[in-house]
Amino acid sequence: MSTVTIDTFVNGQRVTRQVAPRMTLAEFLRDDLGLTGTKVSCEMQVCGACTVLIDDMPVSACTYLAADADSRRITTVEGLAHGDELHPIQAAFVENFAIQCGFCTPGFVMMTAALLAENPAPTAEEVAEYMDGNICRCTGYKPILSAVLDAAERLRGTE
Amino acid sequence: MIPQRAGSSVYRVDGKDKVTGAARYAIDIKVPGMLHGHVVRSTRAHAKIVSIDVEEALSRPGVAAVVTGNDLTGLFPRFGHIIADHPILALDRVRYYGEPVALVVARTPYEAADAADDVRVHYEDLPVVITPEEALADGAPLLHETSYDSGDRSFAEARSEVGARTNVAHMAVLEWGDVEAGLREAAVVVESTVQFPMHYAYAMEPYNAIASFDNGMLEVISTAQHPFQVRDDLARIFSLPLNSVRVRSPLIGGGYGSKSYTKVEPLAAVAAWATGRPVRVALDVEGSIHTTRADSATIHVRSGFDADGRILAREFDILFNTGAYADNGPLVLTKCVHRCFGPYRIPNLRVRGRAVYTNTVPSSSYRGFGAPQGSFAGETNLDRAADILGIDPAQLRRINLVRPGEKHIPKRRGMDADLVADLDIVTSKLGWRNKPTAGRGIGFACSASDAGAFPLSTATVRILADGSVLVLTGSTEMGQGSKTALAQIAATELGVPLEKVQVVQSDTATTPYERTTGASRTTTLTGLAVQRACCDALSKMEEIAADVSGCRIEEVKTAEGVVAGPDFEYRFDQLVAEWFGGRQGEIVGHGVVRRAGDLEELPPFWEIGMVGVEVAVDEETGLVNVEHLVTVGDVGYAINPSLVEGQDLGAATQGLGGALFEQLIYDGPQLVNPNVVDYRVPRMKDMPRRISSVIVERQDGVGPYGAKGGGEGSLNPIAAAVAAAVARATGVWPDRLPLTAETVWGLIRADRQLPSDTNEVDDA
Repeated sequence: MSTVTIDTFVNGQRVTRQVAPRMTLAEFLRDDLGLTGTKVSCEMQVCGACTVLIDDMPVSACTYLAADADSRRITTVEGLAHGDELHPIQAAFVENFAIQCGFCTPGFVMMTAALLAENPAPTAEEVAEYMDGNICRCTGYKPILSAVLDAAERLRGTE
Repeated sequence: MIPQRAGSSVYRVDGKDKVTGAARYAIDIKVPGMLHGHVVRSTRAHAKIVSIDVEEALSRPGVAAVVTGNDLTGLFPRFGHIIADHPILALDRVRYYGEPVALVVARTPYEAADAADDVRVHYEDLPVVITPEEALADGAPLLHETSYDSGDRSFAEARSEVGARTNVAHMAVLEWGDVEAGLREAAVVVESTVQFPMHYAYAMEPYNAIASFDNGMLEVISTAQHPFQVRDDLARIFSLPLNSVRVRSPLIGGGYGSKSYTKVEPLAAVAAWATGRPVRVALDVEGSIHTTRADSATIHVRSGFDADGRILAREFDILFNTGAYADNGPLVLTKCVHRCFGPYRIPNLRVRGRAVYTNTVPSSSYRGFGAPQGSFAGETNLDRAADILGIDPAQLRRINLVRPGEKHIPKRRGMDADLVADLDIVTSKLGWRNKPTAGRGIGFACSASDAGAFPLSTATVRILADGSVLVLTGSTEMGQGSKTALAQIAATELGVPLEKVQVVQSDTATTPYERTTGASRTTTLTGLAVQRACCDALSKMEEIAADVSGCRIEEVKTAEGVVAGPDFEYRFDQLVAEWFGGRQGEIVGHGVVRRAGDLEELPPFWEIGMVGVEVAVDEETGLVNVEHLVTVGDVGYAINPSLVEGQDLGAATQGLGGALFEQLIYDGPQLVNPNVVDYRVPRMKDMPRRISSVIVERQDGVGPYGAKGGGEGSLNPIAAAVAAAVARATGVWPDRLPLTAETVWGLIRADRQLPSDTNEVDDA
C-alpha cells in the first residue's frame, strides 16, 4: 500500500513518518506515536473528545487526515504540562472537579487552550458557545464552565 | 474534620492523570502480537442464516480468521447472567438488525474492516416484531423457541418462568391489599398512560476488550463495570475454573450502567481462542448502540384517592420493549415494578410488569434501572390527581410520603430518609407557589429506589514496610470517584495522610471479590468493606505490638497512624520492620460485607431522588428552556461533598437529556439514529440557567459514617418534574418523552385545536 511522508512538529518535537493516506490524525497520534491522551469517541466530529491543536487551531483528530498534518505544528494534551507541573488549565480542571470519567477531559482541556488564546477573558456565555462542540456525559458541564473561567483568571494572573 | 479525610472535598486522586492524558483506559492498552477483530453485523431484523461465505474475506491481506457461530462447537456458545439466551455470534438465526454474525480478525483494524465487507451472509427472512404489542399479538413469531438454563440463583428475583412459548422474557408482579376495593372506595380515580422512549447511555468510551490465552489462563482487559460477572460468563463459555479467567477493568470512560455485565468480552475471547493470538475488539459508537440500549416502556396507571388526597390504591401495568435478548432487562423490569409507585403510604397496590422480546437491540441497565420509566408514569399521575383533587401537588405528596422508619413496601427496610424535609427544600429553593404564570412552569418529583443491589463486597488493605498502604477492591472507577472516596475512607480509618494510600481496582485475579459496581452501592458497601479491612489490619498491628513489646493487647491503642502501648510508640513502618526484621513484609487486613446484621434487611438503603425544575416554554416554537434546576442529594453523609455534587448534577443532566432530547428511533426494522449527531445529548449551552445543588446529611445510612448511595437519584424523577413544569406552563399534560420543541408545539396546537401542519400556519 502506498504511503505518504509527513514532517511535523508534535508537542515541540520534530516527527517524520510514513503514514497510510487514509490514516487519521488520531490514529497517528495514538497508534504510531503512543500519545493516547487524545481520545476518540463519536468519530463524526461532534463530541470533541479528540480535539488537538494544529498551528494553534482546534481540530477534531478523528476526521483530520494525518497526511494533512504535514509541515504543521500539533499540540496534544501531553504537550501542555511543564514536567511535573500542571498547566494552569489542567490545574483548574482538577481543582474545580471538572473531571469524572475523564474520557472527554483532554478534548475540553485543548479546547480551553484554544479559547483562551483567542479570548483571554471570556464571559460564561462565550465559553458555552465555544465549548458547545465538546460533549461531557458525566459532569453536567457546570464544573467545566467554572474551570474554564478559573483557568482564564489564572492565565491572566501569570502574564 | 481533618483535611483529606472522610467529609472533605479532596481533589480526585486520578485527576492529574486525567488532565495530562496519562490516564490509561482499556482502549489505550496494547498487548504484543495483538490482532484486531471487526464485527460483521446482521442486515436483517429477523432471519434464518442459510449460509455464511467467508472464503473471500479470508483471502484478504492480513486476515487471520473469520469466526462465525459455526466455529463455536465445543464451547458454551451463549452468555447472559439471568437468562443465558445471548449467542456470542448468531448461531443459526439473527434476531435484530445489527446483531453480530461474524468476526473478522486481522493484523490491523483497517484490514479487518476491509475484509468484513467480503463476508457474505445468506438469509431467509422471518416475520419481524418491533413493538411489544406486535410481539404479544396472536400468531406473532416466537423469538426464542426454547427456554434457556438460567444464570446464578442470586439473580432469582429477576428469573423468569415464562420464557417458553411466548415472547414475554420476564414477568414481575408486586401486590398487596385489595386494589379493586380501594378504587371503589375512592372519591377520585385518576388514570393515565405514558410512553417512555428507548435511550442510549452514550458512555464516551465505546465498548472494547482485549483477550488472550496464556498458559491455560484467559486474560481479558475490558470496559466492564462488573469484571467478576464477566469472568463468570467467560468461565462458562470455555468450561474453565474461575481461577483461570482473569478480567481487568482499567479506568472506564463512562458507564452509567451500560457497561454492566458481559458485552464484547466473549467476542474477543473466542477470537483469541480461534487464532491463538491476543485479539482486540473495539466497537465504534454505532456498534455500541447496536450492543445495548435502555428499555422503552408503556405504563398505564390508575390511582384512587379519598377526598383529602390520601392514596387508597394504585395499580400499574408496565410493558417493556426489552429487545432480542434478555441481558439485564429482567432485573431492570423487576426494579421498575418496585420503584414506579413511589415512596408513599399505599394500602392497596398491584403492579404487573412484562418485558417483551422484540426484534430490536437488546436492552439492559441504564442509570436508574427502571426508576426513570416508572417515576415518569407514577409522578405525573400524582400531579394530574392533584389538579383534579384541587390539592397543592407538594401537599398531596406530603400527605402520602412515608415518614422516617416507615415501610412503604412490606418486608423491606423502613425509610432511611426524611422525605418531607427533602421535598420542602426543593419547593422552597424553587419558590413554589401554586399559581400559574403563562409560559413558565415549576415541577418537582420524587422517587426512592431499592438501591445497593445485593450486599456482597470484600476488600483487602495492605500496610507495607514503608508505612504506605494498598487498598485492593474489585470495584471499578468509571468516573464516579470511587478511587478517591475509598482512599479517603482508608486514610480516615488508619489515620494516615491520603497520599500514603493507593487504591488498586478491578482485577479478578488480584483484587478481592466485588459483586457489581452499580446501584449506587460503592461508597456504602465497598466503603464498609474497606472500613472493616482497615479495622482488621489495625487489630493485627495491635497484636504484633503486644507481642513485640511483651504487653497485654488491651494496653495497645492505635490513633493517627501510631500504635502505642505503656512504654512504646510505633509508626506503622517501624512496627512492620520490628516484626519482620528490617524493611520488609506487610500486614494484611480483610473486610467482608455480606447479607447479615445491619444488612440483613433489603435493600441496603433507599436511594432518594428529589428534584425540581422551573422551565420557560416558548408557545410559538414549543422550545423548553430549563431556567432553574434543584437537586437534593440525600446521601446520609458526604465522604466527599464535591464528588456527591458532581454525581447529582451529572445524573440530573442525563435525566434532562432524556426528558428533552434523547430517543433512539426505529423506523421499520432498523434504528434510524444510531449515532451522536442524530441522537442528541445535552451540551454546554443546554445547561440550566441556574442550578441549586443541596446535600443533605442526616447520617441515616448503613454505610461508613452514616453514608448511603447517590448517583442515580437525581436522574430518576426528573422527567416527571420537567413534564409537570411544561404542563403548568402550557396547560397541557405531556404523556410522552422527549419533550422536544416539536412535541411540545404539537401538544399546544392539539390542545387549542389549531392546525399542526406547518404549511397551514399563517404568519402569526
